[in-house]
Amino acid sequence: MSDAVDPIIELKGVEKHYQMGSFIVKALRAVSLKIFPGNYISILGPSGGGKSTMLNILGCLDQPTLGEYLLEGKDVSRLDDDDLSQVRGKRLGFIFQSYNLIQQLSVVENIEVPLYYQGVSADESRERAVKLAEQVGLGGRLDHRPTELSGGQQQRVAIARALANDPAVILADEATGNLDSKSGGDILRIFDELNDEGKTLILITHDEAMADRTSRTIRLRDGQVEFDSMFGGKQETQALEDE
Amino acid sequence: MKWESLIGGMSPARLKRTVLLGMKSLWMHKLRSLLTAMGIVFGVASVIAMLAIGEGASHEAQEQIKSLGSQNIILQSIKPTDNANAGKQERSFVLEYGLTFRDIDQIRATVPGVSVVVPGRKLQDFVWRISRNVDSIVMGTVPWYPEMRNRRLLKGRFFTDVEMRSRSNVCVLNTDLAAKLFPLSESLGEEVRLQSGYYTVVGVIESRQSDAGSGGSSGGKADEGGATMEMLLPLTTLLERFGEVLVKFRSGSFEAEKVELHEVTVKIDDPNKVVAASEAIKHLLSRNHQNVDYRMVVPLELLRQAARTKQIFNIVLGSIAAISLLVGGIGIMNIMLATVTERTREIGIRRALGAKQRDIVLQFLIETVLLSGAGGVLGVALGLLVPLVITHFADMLTIVRLWSPALAFTISVLTGVVFGIYPAMRAASMSPVDALRHE
Ligand SMILES: Nc1ncnc2c1ncn2[C@@H]1O[C@H](COP(=O)(O)OP(=O)(O)OP(=O)(O)O)[C@@H](O)[C@H]1O
Ligand SMILES: [Mg+2]
Repeated sequence: MSDAVDPIIELKGVEKHYQMGSFIVKALRAVSLKIFPGNYISILGPSGGGKSTMLNILGCLDQPTLGEYLLEGKDVSRLDDDDLSQVRGKRLGFIFQSYNLIQQLSVVENIEVPLYYQGVSADESRERAVKLAEQVGLGGRLDHRPTELSGGQQQRVAIARALANDPAVILADEATGNLDSKSGGDILRIFDELNDEGKTLILITHDEAMADRTSRTIRLRDGQVEFDSMFGGKQETQALEDE
Repeated sequence: MKWESLIGGMSPARLKRTVLLGMKSLWMHKLRSLLTAMGIVFGVASVIAMLAIGEGASHEAQEQIKSLGSQNIILQSIKPTDNANAGKQERSFVLEYGLTFRDIDQIRATVPGVSVVVPGRKLQDFVWRISRNVDSIVMGTVPWYPEMRNRRLLKGRFFTDVEMRSRSNVCVLNTDLAAKLFPLSESLGEEVRLQSGYYTVVGVIESRQSDAGSGGSSGGKADEGGATMEMLLPLTTLLERFGEVLVKFRSGSFEAEKVELHEVTVKIDDPNKVVAASEAIKHLLSRNHQNVDYRMVVPLELLRQAARTKQIFNIVLGSIAAISLLVGGIGIMNIMLATVTERTREIGIRRALGAKQRDIVLQFLIETVLLSGAGGVLGVALGLLVPLVITHFADMLTIVRLWSPALAFTISVLTGVVFGIYPAMRAASMSPVDALRHE
C-alpha cells in the first residue's frame, strides 16, 4: 500500500480501560493502526483479546479511553453524541452476529431505518431499500417480518441495511457465527462481491480460513495487535509509529 | 441534548412517519396498550361526567334561588323551638308567635332603600260559586302585591288602599280559579263564597307559571291538573273574617296558633345594599322577638353560598381528577419504563444506525402521547355518554360545558408528556454499546 493513499481509518495509541471494582481491565493497549480504502480485513484472536472492543470503537459506538481515532482524516474521538450518531448513520455500516433486526418492522422497513435517520424522503428511501433487498436476493420477501425469515436471510437483510447509506466502511462482528456453513458461505460471498466493488470491510471472525479469503489479517491478543499481515508478520507498535 | 430542536428539526412528513411507527409499536401489544390507556380513559371520563353533574345541580339550585328574586329578603314565621314554652304544657292554649305588623312598620320606617313590603297570609279552603266549589289557596295581601311580584292583571283591577283600610269584601281570582268557577260566564262583578262570607270579584290575575315563587311555604296544588287555584283578598279583610287564631286538631287534642303574618317579602331597591339591609332587619327583629319565631331567607346570600358550594365542589372534583389522572399517568410511566427495558436492544440498534438521542426521546414520547391521547379520546366519548345516561335514567339535569372535554383531553395529552419524558430520556441516555449488549 503506497503512502500516497490517505488511510480511511487511523488509530493512534488507542486504549480502552474498564473499571472493574478496584482494578482496571485494559481491553485495548496502545493500538495503532491504519486502514486504507478497499482493505478487506479479518480480525482474529483468542476470546477476550479485544476484538469486539476495537470494533465498537471503530464503529463510533464507544469512545477510546486514551488515544486518537481519525476517520477519513477527522478526529472522531472528541465528537459529541449527536455528531457521533451522524457519523455512524452516514459513514459506517454494522452487521452483528445476532442480525439485530427490528422485530416489528418488515424487511424493507428494516432496510429503511438508517435512511430515515438521515432524513431521506419516504419515496426515495423505499426505492433504495427495495433495490438493496433485491441486491441481497430478498426481492420476493419485502413485506416479511424478521421472524418469518431464516438466519441467513435475516443476515442478508442486515447487510442490505448496512449498505443503505453507502458507508465508507462496513464492520461485522462474527457475522456468520450463528449460521450453518452453507448460509455462512452465502454471506461471505456477498462480502467478497462488496470488496470487489471497492468497499472497505472489517470482519471479526473465529474462522481461521478467513485469513486466506481476506486481503489483510490482524490478530489481537490481550488488547494488543499481535500480528498484522500488512507488515508481513509480528508487528511492534513501535514499527507503525516510526513509519 | 438540544431540547429546543427536539421537534424543530422534524419535517411534518418525518413526524408523520414517527407517529405511524409509534402506532405500529403500540399495535404490537394491543391488550397492553388498551389496559394502559384505561387509566386515562376513566380519569378523563370521570372529570367530564362529574363536571356535567355538578354544573347541572348548581344550575338548578341557582335557578330556584333566582326565582325568589335576588333583590328580595323573605321573612317567614316559624314555630319557635319549644324550650321557651316548656313550662306551659297545658291541654290547650293559644300559641302566639311569628312576625307582626309592628315589625313591618318598623322595617319600612327605619331600613333605608326598602321599596315595598308585601305581607301575606295564607289559608286553604273551598271557594264556592252557587253549587260549584274549588279547593283553593286563599291569600290575604296588600294592594301593591302585583307590582312587586311581577304579576299581570288580566281583567278588572286589583283591590285598592281604600278597600284595604275599610276591610271590604272584594277579591281577585287567578285565571285558573276563575275558569273553574265561571266556566261559561263573566266573573267580574259576580260574587263568590268563602265559608259564610260573600266576596265580589274585582279582577282576574295571571296564574303563576310554577310554584317556585311561593317560597315553598305552602303546597298549593289544590287541583288534580296541577294548577294552583288562588283567591286574593285584602289582608285586613282576611284577618277580620278568619281571625288571627288558627285552630288545628292534632292527635286527640287541639292546639291553636295565632300568627299575624306568615310571610313578608322585603324588596331592596339597590342590589348592592341587600346584605346591609338584611343585617339591619335581622337586628331589628332580634330586638322585637325574644324567641326565634321567624326565619330570614336572603336569596342573594343563597346565591353566594351556592357559588361557594360550587367552588368547593370544583376543588374536590379537581383533586379527584388530578388523582385519577396521576394514577393513570403512573400506569403509563410504569408500562413505558417496562417497554424501554424490553426494547433496549431496539434502541441500541437504532442508535448504531444513526439515531440521535432526541430521535429516541421523540419516538418514545410520541408513543406515550399517542397512548394517552387515545385514552383521552375514548375518555371524552365515555364522559359525554355518562351524563346522557344519567339524565335519561335518573332524571337529573346535567350540563356539559364545551370547555370541559377540551380541558380533559388536553390534560390527558399533557399527562402523556409529563409521564413519558422520564422513560423516553432513560431510553435515550443509554450508551449504544450497552444497549446493544442487552440480553
Ligand atoms: N463493558 C465491559 N466492562 C468490563 N469489561 C469489559 C467490557 N467489555 C469488554 N470487557 C473486557 O474487555 C476484554 C475484551 O473483550 P472483547 O469483548 O473485546 O473480546 P473479544 O475479543 O471480542 O472476545 P470474543 O471473541 O469472546 O467475542 C475482555 O477481558 C472483557 O472482559
Ligand atoms: Mg467479541
